[in-house]
Amino acid sequence: MMNSKRTLTGAAGHNGSYKWLILALVRALIVILCVMTAVFFLIRIVPGDPAKMILGEYSTPEALKNMHHTLGLDLSLWEQFIRFVKMLFTQGDTGNSIIVGTSSRELIVERAPVTLLLIGIASILAIVTALLLATVAATHKDKLLDHLIRIIPAITLGMPVFWVGILFILLFSVRLGWFPVGGISEGGLGTLHSLVLPAVTIAFSQIPTLVRSLRAQMLEVLESEFVVTLRAAGIPSRVILFKHVLRNSALPTLMLLGVNISYLIGGTLVVEQVFGIKGIGSLLFTSISNRDFPVIQGIALYCALAVVIISLLIEIISGWLDPRTKENQ
Amino acid sequence: MTTQPILEVESLTLAAKSQEKLVHNISFSLERGESLGLVGESGSGKSLTLRAILGLLPRGVEQTGGTIRSKVSSSMVFQDPRGALDPLCPVVKQLTEVVYYRQKTTHKAARTIALELLERLGLPDSLRTKDRYPGQLSGGQCQRVVIAMALACKPGILLCDEPTTALDVTVQQQIMDTITSLQRELGFAMVFVTHNLAIAANLCSRLVVMKQGRMIEHGETHRLLRQPAEAYTQMLIDSVLPLPELEGGRTSWN
Amino acid sequence: MNTTTHLDPSLPESGKTLSTLRQIGKTPSLLIGIIMFAILILLALFIPYLSPYQPSEQNLSAFLQPPSSAHWLGTDQLGRDLFTRLLYAARTDLTIMILAEIIPFCTGVMLGMISGYYGKWTDRIISLITDTFIAFPFYLIVIIVAFASGAGERGIYITFILVGWIVFARVVRGLSASFRKQEWIASAQTLGLPGIRIILRHLLPNVLPQAVVVLMTDMIGLLVAIVTLGYLGIGIAPPTPDWGTMISDGQPFITTAWWLSAVPGFAVVYTGIALSLLGDGLADIWRKK
Repeated sequence: MMNSKRTLTGAAGHNGSYKWLILALVRALIVILCVMTAVFFLIRIVPGDPAKMILGEYSTPEALKNMHHTLGLDLSLWEQFIRFVKMLFTQGDTGNSIIVGTSSRELIVERAPVTLLLIGIASILAIVTALLLATVAATHKDKLLDHLIRIIPAITLGMPVFWVGILFILLFSVRLGWFPVGGISEGGLGTLHSLVLPAVTIAFSQIPTLVRSLRAQMLEVLESEFVVTLRAAGIPSRVILFKHVLRNSALPTLMLLGVNISYLIGGTLVVEQVFGIKGIGSLLFTSISNRDFPVIQGIALYCALAVVIISLLIEIISGWLDPRTKENQ
Repeated sequence: MTTQPILEVESLTLAAKSQEKLVHNISFSLERGESLGLVGESGSGKSLTLRAILGLLPRGVEQTGGTIRSKVSSSMVFQDPRGALDPLCPVVKQLTEVVYYRQKTTHKAARTIALELLERLGLPDSLRTKDRYPGQLSGGQCQRVVIAMALACKPGILLCDEPTTALDVTVQQQIMDTITSLQRELGFAMVFVTHNLAIAANLCSRLVVMKQGRMIEHGETHRLLRQPAEAYTQMLIDSVLPLPELEGGRTSWN
Repeated sequence: MNTTTHLDPSLPESGKTLSTLRQIGKTPSLLIGIIMFAILILLALFIPYLSPYQPSEQNLSAFLQPPSSAHWLGTDQLGRDLFTRLLYAARTDLTIMILAEIIPFCTGVMLGMISGYYGKWTDRIISLITDTFIAFPFYLIVIIVAFASGAGERGIYITFILVGWIVFARVVRGLSASFRKQEWIASAQTLGLPGIRIILRHLLPNVLPQAVVVLMTDMIGLLVAIVTLGYLGIGIAPPTPDWGTMISDGQPFITTAWWLSAVPGFAVVYTGIALSLLGDGLADIWRKK
C-alpha cells in the first residue's frame, strides 16, 4: 500500500500535479467494471442450478423453466450479461427480489442506514483506541507496556468476532445489564445505546491489526532524522509527539483505514447477526436462506463499490493533504 | 581567544546494548571559536561521538565510560538535509517553532527572527509571503534551513555531521562558504565530522583521525598532514591528493 | 547450474538440519508454539482412546451438566460430553484448515512470483484480479460462495480455492519484484536460463520463508472463517462436530450454561496463539539468517 503510494507521489513530482489523480481514478474505474463482472459471474461459476436451489430438489420441470425465465437464465450467457449491465447502468439495480418482488436496490437502501451507523461508530472507536495504544507502545518501545500491547494481536487474532460478541452480551448485557441483549431500541438515544455493544465488538476485532501497523508506522517516524533535529533544537518532546510525529503518522493511518474498510464491512455483516440487528447483514442472511439471488448480488455489488470508492477517496484525500505530492519548484 | 576549553571530551566510550563497543576511549578538547575536524571512514564512530556531545544518542547506544564537559550549548547540522526536516511542516513555521521555544519570545517576534535568519542564510525572499514545504526546496536550500535551525539555538558549539555529503559538488562549496562566514561573524566553535580530509583540512586548525571507533591520531592540521604518524592517516591523505582540483586547488598544505 | 549456486543465498549448507534444531531451541516463541500445537494435535489424534464417550453420543438424562469429574467440561443440551466433542471438532476443523490452505498457498505463491518476476502486463492483469477480489469484503464473499457452492466441507474448499490465494500472491509479488532487481537473478538471466527455471530454482527458495510466515497467520484467519461459517449454518453441517456449530448450539443457553459457547471459542483462540507464535518464531529465525 505504502509502496504504491510512494511511486504515485514520486511520479507526480516529475510529471505534473494531476497525473496521479487521473491514474487513481482510471484504476478505480477499471476495478469497478471488474467488480460488476465478478458479481455477474458470482452465482454462475459455482456448481448447481440456481433455479433448482430456489425451488428445491423436487421441483417440476415446468416450474424450473418459469424460474429460469424469471432469472433470465434461459438466455445465452452474453445476453444475460448485457441485460445485467444495462440494468446496472440505467437503474443501479441487480433485479427484483424473487421473494418480495420489489427492487433489490430499494431493499438495500432501506437497510443501509443502521449498518452505516454501526460501521461509523465502530471505526471511530477503533481508530481512537488504536492510536492511543500505538502511541503508548511506540513511545515506550521495548518496555513492559510495549510488550503487553504487542501481545494483544497474537491473542485476539484467533478470536471469531461473533464469539467475542456472544461473550460481550454475556458480560455486559446479561451479567451487568448495561445494554440490551439484542435488537435495536427505538428513538435516537435508544438506538445509539443499543448500537454501543455491537460497535465495540466490531472495533475490538479491528484494533489488533491497526495497533500493529500503527506502532510500526510511529516507530518509523519517531526514529526518523527530523525528530532528532527537532529534539536537538530543543523543542519539548510533547510538542514533537503531538505536532510532528502524530501528523506524520496520520497519512499512513488513513491509508491503513482504506485497506481495513473491507474487513470492517465484512465483520459488521456477521456481528449484525449476533446482535439481531436488521441491517444489510440480516438482509444478506434472509436472502441466502430464501435463495434470493438478485438481492445477494446487489449486496455484493454495493459493498464492493463502497470499498472501492472509499479507498479512492482516501487516496485522493491523502494525495491532496500530502505536500510531497505537490510539484517541486 | 582564551585558552580555557569550552568542551572537554575525556576517554569517551560508547557501546551498543549488545555490549559491542562502538567508540573507544576518545579524548579531545575544543576552545572558543576553534574548529576541530573529526575524520575517518564511515562506521568509524565519528557521528556517534557527535551525538554523544549533543546528548542524543540513538536508541540502543549508551555511554559506558568517560566524561563530556561542556560550558556552552551545542546544536547540530545533519548529513541529510531533507531527512532532517519534518516533511509535513512548512520551513518558516518549523524554524519559527525553534526560535519560539529556544529564545522564549512571542510567536510574532519568533517569526520575525526566523525570517531574518533565513535571509541571512541566503534563502529566497518569497518565503516571507509564501511558506514552503521541505519537499518544495532544493537540497542546498533545505540544508540552509537546517543550519538556520541550529543557529536559532544560539549555540556556543556547532556540531556538523557531514553537512555537505548529500549535496551536489557545486552546492557543497556554497554551503562551506556560508558556514565559514557565519563562524567568523558569530564566533561559535565547531566540531566538523567528515570523511573528506580536504574539506576538514581547509576548515579546521586541529584534526582527530578515527578508525573503527578508536582515535588513532590527533594534532595540528599542518603537522598531521606533513608528518602523519600512522599509515592510516597517510592513506587518507593519499586518497585526497591525487584530486586537488576537487576543492578548487585550495589544498593549503602544499 | 554450479556456476550460479554460490550466488544464490538460499541454497543449503551442510549441517543445516542440526543448526536449525539448535535455533528452534534458542527461539522461545517457536518452541512454545510447536509445543502448544503438538499438544492439540496429539489430543485430537488420541481422543478416541482417551475418552469413554462418543462425540455424538446423546444422554438426555444428563444434559447441560456443569463441569465434573465424569464430564470434564460438562455436557451440552443433548447430554453429549463437551470435552470429547471439543477434540473431535478439533479433528474436523484442523484437517479442513490444513487441507484448504494447500491449493491457495501454491497458486498464490506461483501467481505472486510470476507477477513480480515478469512485471509489465502479466503483473497488471494479475494485480487487477487481486484488486477486484479485495474490493469484496472477505466475509461477504466467503459467505456467498460457501452458500452458493452448497454448505459443508466441499463449499469451504471451493471458497478458499477461489479467495485464499490473494494474500500469498500480494506478499510474494512484492518480494519477487525486489529480488528480480538483485544481481544473482540477473546473473542467472545472463546465463540464458528460462524464466520458469529461475522462478522455481532461485526465486521460490527465497520467497518461501516469508510465504510460510504469512501462511501461519493466514491459517488463523481461515480457521476463524471455517468456525464463522459453521456458526452461521453454512459451514460444516451437524452432526459432524465443529467449533462453530458448537458455539451457535450453546448460544441459547448463554445465561445458564455459558461455557457451552465460551469453551469452543477458547479452543480457536488457543490454536490462534499457537500459530501466531509459530509464525513469529519462524520469522525470527529467518530474519537472523
